[in-house]
Order: sequence, then C-alpha cells, then structure tokens
Amino acid sequence: MIQTIAFYLFAVLVIASAVMVIMSRNPVHSVLWLILAFFNAAGLMVLVGAEFIAMLLVIVYVGAVAVLFLFVVMMLDIDFAELRAGFIKNFPLGIAIAAILLAELVLGIGAYRVGAIELGTPDGASAPLLDRSNIESIGALLYRDYIFLFEAAGIILLVAMVGAIVLTHRKGPADARGQQDIGKQNRRRPEEATVMKQPGIGKGVDL
Amino acid sequence: MTEFFQSLGLNYEFAWFTATIAGVLLIALPLMLAVAMVIYVDRKVWAAINLRRGPNVVGPFGLLQSFADGLKVFLQETIIPSAANKGIFILAPIVTFTVALAAWAVIPFDAGVVLANINVGLLYILAISSLSVYGVVMSGWASNSKYPFFSAMRAAAQMISYEVSIGFILVCIVLFAGTFNLTGIVLGQEAFGLGLINAYVVHPLIFPIWVMFFISCLAETQRVPFDLTEAESELVAGYQTEYSSMSFALFWLGEYANILLMCSLNTLLFFGGWLPPLNIDLIPWFDIPGIIWFLLKTFFFFFMFSWVMATVPRYRYDQLMRLGWKVFLPLSLFFIVVISGYLMATGHFGGAA
Repeated sequence: MIQTIAFYLFAVLVIASAVMVIMSRNPVHSVLWLILAFFNAAGLMVLVGAEFIAMLLVIVYVGAVAVLFLFVVMMLDIDFAELRAGFIKNFPLGIAIAAILLAELVLGIGAYRVGAIELGTPDGASAPLLDRSNIESIGALLYRDYIFLFEAAGIILLVAMVGAIVLTHRKGPADARGQQDIGKQNRRRPEEATVMKQPGIGKGVDL
Repeated sequence: MTEFFQSLGLNYEFAWFTATIAGVLLIALPLMLAVAMVIYVDRKVWAAINLRRGPNVVGPFGLLQSFADGLKVFLQETIIPSAANKGIFILAPIVTFTVALAAWAVIPFDAGVVLANINVGLLYILAISSLSVYGVVMSGWASNSKYPFFSAMRAAAQMISYEVSIGFILVCIVLFAGTFNLTGIVLGQEAFGLGLINAYVVHPLIFPIWVMFFISCLAETQRVPFDLTEAESELVAGYQTEYSSMSFALFWLGEYANILLMCSLNTLLFFGGWLPPLNIDLIPWFDIPGIIWFLLKTFFFFFMFSWVMATVPRYRYDQLMRLGWKVFLPLSLFFIVVISGYLMATGHFGGAA
C-alpha cells in the first residue's frame, strides 16, 4: 500500500510541477518547479527499483544542470511585455507542435490499449531477470557489451568540449586582459612590495 | 526495529512506517543536540588558538551558550524584506536544513546501525550534498539585495567546482572497496593496512586523495579558508544578510549539520568508520561500542575543521577556482588512472562485497 501511495504522490507531483514549469510567470520559479519535477521523477525511478538511475538523475540534472540553468536565469532581466508580443507571433507554431504532441499521445495510448510490448532479447526469448545490482548490470553493458559505442560517444563529447573551448578561448597579451600569473604573485616578498620611510616633521613622502 | 513494532501487534507495513519515523527521530534529535554542542566546541577551539576565553558565561564553562543563542533567536521577530520574493525567501532556509538532515539517512554509526542501508549510499550522499547549493542560491536570489546575490553566485560556482573533484575522489574509494554501500566500504577497511590498521588512509595512494578530500570538504561546506560566500569583509554576511530569527537559525543549523556530515564521511571513507584504529586485541578496545569510535573520529575531524578556521586566512576567489579546476581536478583524474592501474596490477579488488 505504501508503494501505491508513494507512486501516486510522486506521479501527481511530477505532473503538477511540470505544469507549473510552463505556467509560472517568473522564470526562476519555472526552474525551481523543474527541479521539483526532476526530484519526483527520481522518486519514481526508485519505486521501480532503478536506484542507480535515480541517483544519477539527481546528481547530474538537479545537482549540476539545473544549478547552471538557475545561475543563468537568475541574472536575466526579462521584459514580460516583449515576451507576450512574441506569443502572438509564435502562436501558429505553438499550435502545430501541440497538435503533433496530441497525435503522439493518442497514438501511444492506442498502442498501449492493444497490449504491452514484450521486452525481450532479439531472438525472441523474454528478457532474463538478472541476480545483479543495477550498477553491475549497467557497468557490464556499458564497459563490456557496448564498449565501442560508449567510447565513441565519449570521444564525440570530448571533441565537442575541446571545440567549445577553442572557439571561446582568446589568446592575447596576458597583462592587457588582466590575467594574473599566480606563480609570480606567490613569489612576491614583503621586501619588494613595501618600503620604510622616515619623513621629517611637516614634510611629505616621495613615492 | 521493525520486528519490535510488529511484536506490539502492528502489521508489517505500519510497523515499518513507525520504525522508520522512530529511526529518523533517533538520528535527527541527537544530531541537533550535537550541532549545538559542536558550535560551542568550534567557538572554544577558535578562542583557545586566539588566546581568548571564548563563551564562558552561560552555564558551567559556557556549555549552554548555544542554547541561549537558540532561545534568543526563537524570540526574535521574523523580518521579511518588502521587496523579497516571499515564497522562496521562506523556502530557502527550510531547504538548507532539510537537505542537511536528509543525508544522514545512509550514515552507518555502527555495524547495522543505519536508517537506510541502501546499495548506492555513496551516490545518495553525493546527490544530497549537490542539493545543498539550492538553499544558498534561492536565499540569495529571493532576498533581492546585491550582497546576497553575489554570495549566491559565488556559492553556485564554488560548490559545483568542488563537487567534481569530490566525485572523482569518491570513485577512487569505490574502486578500492568494490561497493557503493557505506557499510561495505567500512568493512573493506578492516585490517587493510598490513593486516593491522583499520583504515584506507594508510595506503600511499590513498593518503594524497584523503588530503584533497579534506580540502574539498572545507570548500564544499564553505568553511574557512573557502568561506567566500559569507566573506564579511566583502559581502556583509553573504546570503544570510537579510535573514533574521528562526530562518537564520535554520541556515546556521544546516551549515553545521553539513560540516558534521563531511567529518563523518572522512571517518567512514578513510579512517575505518566504527572500527577501532588497530585490528589487534592487545587493549580491550573491541569492547568499546563502535558508535563511540565513530563519534570520536568524527569529532577529531571537527577539531581539525576548527583548527583550520583559526589558523588559515581566507582564499581569494580566483585562487579558489584555480585550486578547484586546475589543481584538484587533474590530480584526482590522475589518481583514478593510477589507482585503477594499481588495482589491475595487484588484483586487489578488496572489500566485503
């Protein structure tokens, strides 16, 4: 019974917070609702026994991605009148996307009515239930069975990262951009930075 | 504990429910007491190193100082700035406090003495500690005031940066232990060093990552020398500037609960958790309950946190970022490679998995 209560609690909260993401007027509130949605989705994952995926969802999406979202959105200065003007312009596009989503939903529910898909292996046998933890199974899949695809995906991400750095990194005279040489700063001693002066009474100091 | 409640005539589900609530209270209430005492210890250690007396008025040796502070804070008026975003302003300290308590669910105080002995305990800790940034960011934004806002931005950048290196350091420990379960990690340390010492830290490859972990913990909990989010010479009091009364106290409690959590992580991952330091029975220290060892080690690390606070000046922000991204990140990655290689070479995939 507790599972049922927990499922409905998480499911209702996911849907409600997802609705609030698009309904709230303040973008920061939107991001915070999005975080709540992620969190409840992680709860649902725990309920189906995928605790590793749930933790990854929280660590990656809530802990890193959403923080960066929030970081950017917090600093936005949004003109709501302008946003509403854009709403009329993009209205037909929005209608088209909504229609596509509705069609997909109808299709999905229709397919579900016909019967659940048999999850199985390519040769037609049903998928075996393994006596292993999530982490071991995922590790075996990623690092043994699909190692080539996994490494290829990793290399693509690495290339993308290097590309982003190359595109945004500007090389130039270090001092002009105010860049600091930490080693130089650490080597500095009081003798180079300060001087002792003994000014006479009523006289200034030459610096 | 579920069996005990079942023996009182409850059915399994309600017995489990009651047992969990009792367990939560059994952890949270002593934790709050510990936080109050630890704040006192912190101030005393700090004072002693500065050759001052520290709190010495309320109660014997000033022991009740924290409770007096708590009472004072209770009686204050809660001020909400008129330009603040009220909902989030009130929510922020609650989030900080809740998150700080939630992580304690998977901490094993002794063999089997743990609220939730889950498979992914270490990942849970990582997930929860990555949430603690939200309290700071939300409070900084909702205060609608420039110093809290600066503080929130600093906190977000700082905690994300150091989480990366903490994550990699934890991977090293998981490689050694062969499990994400915290109880399993502690049991893997039994007689680890030369069959004698119950700690991972004595291994020459683990000692340097422990040093990095300790420093990253200071940064993650925003303690001196990385307390740039509340650098009073630059940002008044940082994200707490606009807070008063209980909401301020919640930040305070959450911060120290987080610090204690990091101290206990040091104990569990590197110093053998509830196991006595040496695995020989010359002195009858196996008769001392494990929880005593656990608390002793945790408070030793808290003492180190206080010690650092009293002796080290504050870092500059760019130096903090440099340390995180240019020193710790490459070093921890390097250690992952070295430790994996070492484990492959020696065939030691230890731990009680």
